[in-house]
Amino acid sequence: MSGQHTSSHQNHDAHGSLKSYIIGFALSIILTIIPLVVVMNHMLNKTGTLLVILVMAVLQFGVQLLFFMHVREGENARWNIMALIFGLIILVTIVGGSIWIMTYNQVAH
Amino acid sequence: MAHAAAHSGEHAHDHDHEHDHESLKTFGFWIFLITDVILFGSLFATYIVLHQNTNGGPTPEELFKMPGIIAETFILLTSSFTSGLAVLGMNKGNLKQLIGWLAVTVVLGASFVGLELSEFITMVNHEGATISTSAFLSAFFTLVGTHGLHVSVGLIWMIGLIFQLRRRGITAVTKRKVAVISLYWHFLDVVWIFVFTIVYLMGVM
Repeated sequence: MSGQHTSSHQNHDAHGSLKSYIIGFALSIILTIIPLVVVMNHMLNKTGTLLVILVMAVLQFGVQLLFFMHVREGENARWNIMALIFGLIILVTIVGGSIWIMTYNQVAH
Repeated sequence: MAHAAAHSGEHAHDHDHEHDHESLKTFGFWIFLITDVILFGSLFATYIVLHQNTNGGPTPEELFKMPGIIAETFILLTSSFTSGLAVLGMNKGNLKQLIGWLAVTVVLGASFVGLELSEFITMVNHEGATISTSAFLSAFFTLVGTHGLHVSVGLIWMIGLIFQLRRRGITAVTKRKVAVISLYWHFLDVVWIFVFTIVYLMGVM
Protein backbone atom coordinates (compact mmCIF):
# COMPACT_ATOMS: atom_id res chain seq x y z
CA MET A 1 0.00 0.00 0.00
CA SER A 2 1.28 3.45 -0.90
CA GLY A 3 0.55 5.61 2.07
CA GLN A 4 2.52 8.85 1.74
CA HIS A 5 -0.02 11.25 0.23
CA THR A 6 -3.12 11.51 2.40
CA SER A 7 -3.86 10.94 6.04
CA SER A 8 -6.69 8.56 5.20
CA HIS A 9 -4.20 6.38 3.40
CA GLN A 10 -1.84 6.54 6.31
CA ASN A 11 -4.55 5.03 8.49
CA HIS A 12 -4.82 2.05 6.19
CA ASP A 13 -1.09 1.59 6.48
CA ALA A 14 -1.21 1.49 10.27
CA HIS A 15 -1.00 -2.30 10.40
CA GLY A 16 -0.35 -2.69 14.07
CA SER A 17 2.37 -1.27 16.27
CA LEU A 18 5.20 -2.99 18.07
CA LYS A 19 3.12 -2.76 21.23
CA SER A 20 0.10 -4.55 19.75
CA TYR A 21 2.36 -7.28 18.33
CA ILE A 22 4.01 -7.83 21.70
CA ILE A 23 0.61 -7.95 23.47
CA GLY A 24 -0.63 -10.43 20.86
CA PHE A 25 2.48 -12.59 21.24
CA ALA A 26 2.26 -12.57 25.06
CA LEU A 27 -1.45 -13.46 24.93
CA SER A 28 -0.82 -16.32 22.50
CA ILE A 29 1.91 -17.73 24.78
CA ILE A 30 -0.38 -17.51 27.83
CA LEU A 31 -3.26 -19.10 25.90
CA THR A 32 -0.94 -21.99 24.97
CA ILE A 33 0.48 -22.55 28.45
CA ILE A 34 -2.94 -22.67 30.22
CA PRO A 35 -4.31 -25.70 28.28
CA LEU A 36 -0.88 -27.40 28.48
CA VAL A 37 -0.77 -27.10 32.27
CA VAL A 38 -4.38 -28.25 32.60
CA VAL A 39 -3.82 -31.33 30.41
CA MET A 40 -0.35 -32.38 31.61
CA ASN A 41 -1.26 -32.16 35.32
CA HIS A 42 -4.72 -33.73 34.90
CA MET A 43 -6.21 -30.82 36.82
CA LEU A 44 -9.82 -31.22 35.66
CA ASN A 45 -12.20 -34.00 34.69
CA LYS A 46 -12.70 -34.91 31.03
CA THR A 47 -15.49 -32.47 30.22
CA GLY A 48 -13.77 -29.62 32.08
CA THR A 49 -10.46 -30.21 30.30
CA LEU A 50 -12.16 -30.39 26.90
CA LEU A 51 -14.01 -27.16 27.59
CA VAL A 52 -10.87 -25.32 28.75
CA ILE A 53 -8.64 -26.38 25.84
CA LEU A 54 -11.30 -25.66 23.20
CA VAL A 55 -12.07 -22.22 24.66
CA MET A 56 -8.33 -21.43 24.77
CA ALA A 57 -7.92 -22.49 21.11
CA VAL A 58 -10.82 -20.27 20.02
CA LEU A 59 -9.46 -17.31 22.02
CA GLN A 60 -6.05 -17.91 20.46
CA PHE A 61 -7.68 -17.82 17.03
CA GLY A 62 -9.21 -14.45 17.94
CA VAL A 63 -5.85 -13.11 19.15
CA GLN A 64 -4.14 -14.07 15.89
CA LEU A 65 -6.96 -12.54 13.81
CA LEU A 66 -7.05 -9.24 15.70
CA PHE A 67 -3.42 -8.62 16.67
CA PHE A 68 -1.53 -10.30 13.83
CA MET A 69 -3.83 -10.62 10.80
CA HIS A 70 -5.50 -7.22 11.40
CA VAL A 71 -8.85 -8.51 10.25
CA ARG A 72 -10.57 -5.24 11.23
CA GLU A 73 -8.11 -2.93 9.46
CA GLY A 74 -7.45 -2.11 5.82
CA GLU A 75 -9.92 -0.95 3.21
CA ASN A 76 -11.30 -4.42 2.54
CA ALA A 77 -11.92 -5.14 6.22
CA ARG A 78 -15.70 -5.54 5.83
CA TRP A 79 -15.26 -7.97 2.94
CA ASN A 80 -12.56 -9.89 4.81
CA ILE A 81 -14.89 -10.34 7.76
CA MET A 82 -17.81 -11.39 5.57
CA ALA A 83 -15.63 -13.95 3.77
CA LEU A 84 -14.40 -15.16 7.15
CA ILE A 85 -17.92 -15.57 8.54
CA PHE A 86 -18.96 -17.43 5.39
CA GLY A 87 -15.94 -19.71 5.76
CA LEU A 88 -16.72 -20.36 9.42
CA ILE A 89 -20.33 -21.30 8.61
CA ILE A 90 -19.08 -23.89 6.10
CA LEU A 91 -16.45 -25.05 8.60
CA VAL A 92 -19.01 -25.59 11.37
CA THR A 93 -21.31 -27.39 8.91
CA ILE A 94 -18.56 -29.76 7.75
CA VAL A 95 -17.00 -30.51 11.14
CA GLY A 96 -20.20 -30.44 13.22
CA GLY A 97 -22.19 -32.32 10.57
CA SER A 98 -19.53 -35.04 10.22
CA ILE A 99 -19.29 -35.62 13.96
CA TRP A 100 -23.05 -35.60 14.37
CA ILE A 101 -23.82 -38.08 11.61
CA MET A 102 -20.95 -40.42 12.51
CA THR A 103 -21.98 -40.43 16.18
CA TYR A 104 -25.72 -40.89 15.79
CA ASN A 105 -26.06 -42.85 12.55
CA GLN A 106 -27.02 -46.14 14.18
CA VAL A 107 -28.30 -47.61 10.90
CA ALA A 108 -24.73 -48.09 9.70
CA HIS A 109 -23.84 -50.42 12.58
CA MET B 1 -14.85 -2.69 -3.16
CA ALA B 2 -17.19 0.25 -3.62
CA HIS B 3 -14.93 1.72 -0.99
CA ALA B 4 -11.83 1.14 -3.11
CA ALA B 5 -13.54 2.67 -6.16
CA ALA B 6 -14.40 5.78 -4.15
CA HIS B 7 -10.73 6.09 -3.27
CA SER B 8 -9.54 6.12 -6.86
CA GLY B 9 -12.15 8.80 -7.53
CA GLU B 10 -10.69 11.04 -4.85
CA HIS B 11 -7.25 11.17 -6.37
CA ALA B 12 -6.97 9.64 -9.79
CA HIS B 13 -3.24 9.02 -10.03
CA ASP B 14 -1.76 5.97 -11.71
CA HIS B 15 -0.25 5.28 -8.35
CA ASP B 16 -3.69 4.84 -6.82
CA HIS B 17 -4.81 2.47 -9.53
CA GLU B 18 -1.81 0.33 -8.74
CA HIS B 19 -2.64 0.69 -5.06
CA ASP B 20 -6.24 -0.50 -5.60
CA HIS B 21 -4.98 -3.36 -7.71
CA GLU B 22 -2.61 -4.52 -4.97
CA SER B 23 -5.25 -4.21 -2.24
CA LEU B 24 -7.66 -6.23 -4.37
CA LYS B 25 -5.02 -8.93 -4.66
CA THR B 26 -4.69 -8.98 -0.86
CA PHE B 27 -8.46 -9.46 -0.66
CA GLY B 28 -8.16 -12.28 -3.18
CA PHE B 29 -5.64 -13.89 -0.87
CA TRP B 30 -8.18 -13.75 1.98
CA ILE B 31 -10.56 -15.70 -0.27
CA PHE B 32 -7.82 -18.30 -0.82
CA LEU B 33 -7.34 -18.56 2.95
CA ILE B 34 -11.08 -19.18 3.38
CA THR B 35 -10.87 -22.09 0.92
CA ASP B 36 -7.90 -23.38 2.92
CA VAL B 37 -10.03 -23.15 6.08
CA ILE B 38 -12.53 -25.45 4.37
CA LEU B 39 -9.77 -27.87 3.28
CA PHE B 40 -8.38 -28.11 6.81
CA GLY B 41 -11.92 -28.28 8.24
CA SER B 42 -12.57 -31.41 6.16
CA LEU B 43 -9.31 -32.99 7.33
CA PHE B 44 -10.11 -32.13 10.97
CA ALA B 45 -13.61 -33.60 10.59
CA THR B 46 -12.07 -36.80 9.16
CA TYR B 47 -9.56 -37.01 12.00
CA ILE B 48 -12.19 -36.43 14.70
CA VAL B 49 -14.44 -39.12 13.23
CA LEU B 50 -11.62 -41.69 12.77
CA HIS B 51 -9.26 -41.07 15.68
CA GLN B 52 -10.58 -43.90 17.85
CA ASN B 53 -10.20 -46.51 15.13
CA THR B 54 -6.67 -47.69 15.91
CA ASN B 55 -7.08 -51.22 14.50
CA GLY B 56 -4.99 -52.74 17.29
CA GLY B 57 -2.10 -50.40 16.42
CA PRO B 58 -0.56 -47.72 18.63
CA THR B 59 -2.95 -45.24 20.29
CA PRO B 60 -2.43 -41.46 20.49
CA GLU B 61 -1.36 -41.76 24.17
CA GLU B 62 1.40 -44.22 23.23
CA LEU B 63 2.59 -42.30 20.17
CA PHE B 64 2.67 -38.62 21.03
CA LYS B 65 5.81 -37.28 22.72
CA MET B 66 4.73 -34.00 24.25
CA PRO B 67 8.16 -32.29 24.76
CA GLY B 68 8.79 -32.26 21.00
CA ILE B 69 5.23 -31.08 20.27
CA ILE B 70 5.50 -28.26 22.85
CA ALA B 71 8.80 -27.14 21.30
CA GLU B 72 7.19 -27.13 17.82
CA THR B 73 4.26 -25.08 19.13
CA PHE B 74 6.39 -22.38 20.72
CA ILE B 75 8.70 -22.22 17.69
CA LEU B 76 5.72 -21.66 15.40
CA LEU B 77 4.12 -19.08 17.73
CA THR B 78 7.42 -17.17 17.82
CA SER B 79 7.76 -17.32 14.03
CA SER B 80 4.27 -15.82 13.71
CA PHE B 81 5.47 -12.94 15.89
CA THR B 82 8.73 -12.44 13.93
CA SER B 83 6.84 -12.38 10.61
CA GLY B 84 4.75 -9.59 12.18
CA LEU B 85 7.97 -7.74 13.11
CA ALA B 86 9.04 -8.04 9.45
CA VAL B 87 5.83 -6.25 8.40
CA LEU B 88 6.48 -3.55 11.01
CA GLY B 89 9.98 -3.06 9.58
CA MET B 90 8.48 -2.78 6.10
CA ASN B 91 5.91 -0.18 7.22
CA LYS B 92 8.81 1.90 8.55
CA GLY B 93 10.52 1.51 5.17
CA ASN B 94 13.42 -0.36 6.75
CA LEU B 95 14.50 -2.99 4.20
CA LYS B 96 17.26 -4.41 6.40
CA GLN B 97 14.86 -5.00 9.29
CA LEU B 98 12.27 -6.51 6.93
CA ILE B 99 14.70 -9.00 5.40
CA GLY B 100 16.29 -9.76 8.77
CA TRP B 101 13.02 -10.70 10.47
CA LEU B 102 11.90 -12.67 7.40
CA ALA B 103 15.16 -14.62 7.63
CA VAL B 104 14.56 -15.31 11.35
CA THR B 105 11.04 -16.51 10.44
CA VAL B 106 12.51 -18.86 7.81
CA VAL B 107 14.97 -20.31 10.34
CA LEU B 108 12.17 -20.87 12.91
CA GLY B 109 9.88 -22.36 10.26
CA ALA B 110 12.64 -24.69 9.08
CA SER B 111 13.29 -25.91 12.63
CA PHE B 112 9.56 -26.54 13.02
CA VAL B 113 9.50 -28.66 9.86
CA GLY B 114 12.70 -30.43 10.97
CA LEU B 115 11.22 -31.34 14.37
CA GLU B 116 8.01 -32.54 12.75
CA LEU B 117 9.89 -34.70 10.24
CA SER B 118 11.98 -36.30 12.98
CA GLU B 119 8.76 -36.95 14.92
CA PHE B 120 7.25 -38.69 11.86
CA ILE B 121 10.44 -40.70 11.23
CA THR B 122 10.52 -41.89 14.87
CA MET B 123 6.87 -42.94 14.62
CA VAL B 124 7.40 -44.92 11.42
CA ASN B 125 10.79 -46.48 12.25
CA HIS B 126 10.57 -47.11 16.00
CA GLU B 127 6.88 -47.60 16.63
CA GLY B 128 5.85 -49.12 13.30
CA ALA B 129 3.13 -46.47 13.01
CA THR B 130 2.80 -45.87 9.26
CA ILE B 131 0.04 -44.13 7.34
CA SER B 132 -1.51 -47.53 6.50
CA THR B 133 -1.43 -48.96 10.04
CA SER B 134 -4.88 -47.73 11.08
CA ALA B 135 -7.62 -45.27 10.19
CA PHE B 136 -6.41 -43.08 13.05
CA LEU B 137 -2.88 -42.90 11.61
CA SER B 138 -4.14 -42.32 8.04
CA ALA B 139 -6.15 -39.34 9.26
CA PHE B 140 -3.29 -38.17 11.51
CA PHE B 141 -0.56 -38.20 8.86
CA THR B 142 -2.88 -36.58 6.28
CA LEU B 143 -3.92 -33.73 8.59
CA VAL B 144 -0.56 -33.00 10.23
CA GLY B 145 1.32 -33.69 6.98
CA THR B 146 -0.87 -31.24 5.02
CA HIS B 147 -0.07 -28.57 7.59
CA GLY B 148 3.65 -29.41 7.40
CA LEU B 149 3.47 -29.20 3.60
CA HIS B 150 1.88 -25.75 3.86
CA VAL B 151 4.70 -24.61 6.16
CA SER B 152 7.33 -26.01 3.76
CA VAL B 153 5.74 -24.24 0.77
CA GLY B 154 5.65 -21.03 2.84
CA LEU B 155 9.39 -21.40 3.53
CA ILE B 156 10.27 -21.72 -0.17
CA TRP B 157 7.98 -18.77 -0.93
CA MET B 158 9.58 -16.64 1.80
CA ILE B 159 13.13 -17.40 0.65
CA GLY B 160 12.12 -16.43 -2.91
CA LEU B 161 10.60 -13.22 -1.60
CA ILE B 162 13.79 -12.35 0.31
CA PHE B 163 15.75 -12.58 -2.98
CA GLN B 164 13.17 -10.40 -4.73
CA LEU B 165 13.26 -7.83 -1.91
CA ARG B 166 17.04 -7.63 -2.17
CA ARG B 167 16.79 -6.95 -5.90
CA ARG B 168 13.79 -4.59 -6.00
CA GLY B 169 13.57 -3.11 -2.51
CA ILE B 170 10.26 -2.04 -0.97
CA THR B 171 7.74 -1.21 -3.74
CA ALA B 172 3.94 -1.35 -3.87
CA VAL B 173 4.17 -4.86 -5.31
CA THR B 174 6.71 -6.27 -2.87
CA LYS B 175 4.79 -4.63 0.01
CA ARG B 176 1.67 -6.55 -0.97
CA LYS B 177 3.69 -9.75 -1.29
CA VAL B 178 5.10 -9.35 2.22
CA ALA B 179 1.62 -8.56 3.61
CA VAL B 180 0.23 -11.67 1.91
CA ILE B 181 2.92 -14.09 3.09
CA SER B 182 2.61 -12.74 6.61
CA LEU B 183 -1.15 -13.42 6.47
CA TYR B 184 -0.39 -16.93 5.22
CA TRP B 185 2.08 -17.49 8.06
CA HIS B 186 -0.31 -16.30 10.79
CA PHE B 187 -2.98 -18.50 9.24
CA LEU B 188 -0.72 -21.57 9.48
CA ASP B 189 -0.14 -20.70 13.12
CA VAL B 190 -3.93 -20.67 13.68
CA VAL B 191 -4.25 -24.08 12.00
CA TRP B 192 -1.41 -25.43 14.17
CA ILE B 193 -3.18 -24.22 17.34
CA PHE B 194 -6.11 -26.44 16.39
CA VAL B 195 -3.81 -29.36 15.47
CA PHE B 196 -2.11 -28.93 18.85
CA THR B 197 -5.45 -28.81 20.69
CA ILE B 198 -7.53 -31.38 18.84
CA VAL B 199 -4.83 -33.89 17.86
CA TYR B 200 -2.14 -33.69 20.53
CA LEU B 201 -3.76 -32.30 23.71
CA MET B 202 -6.94 -34.34 23.25
CA GLY B 203 -4.81 -37.35 22.29
CA VAL B 204 -2.87 -37.39 25.57
CA MET B 205 -5.76 -36.22 27.77
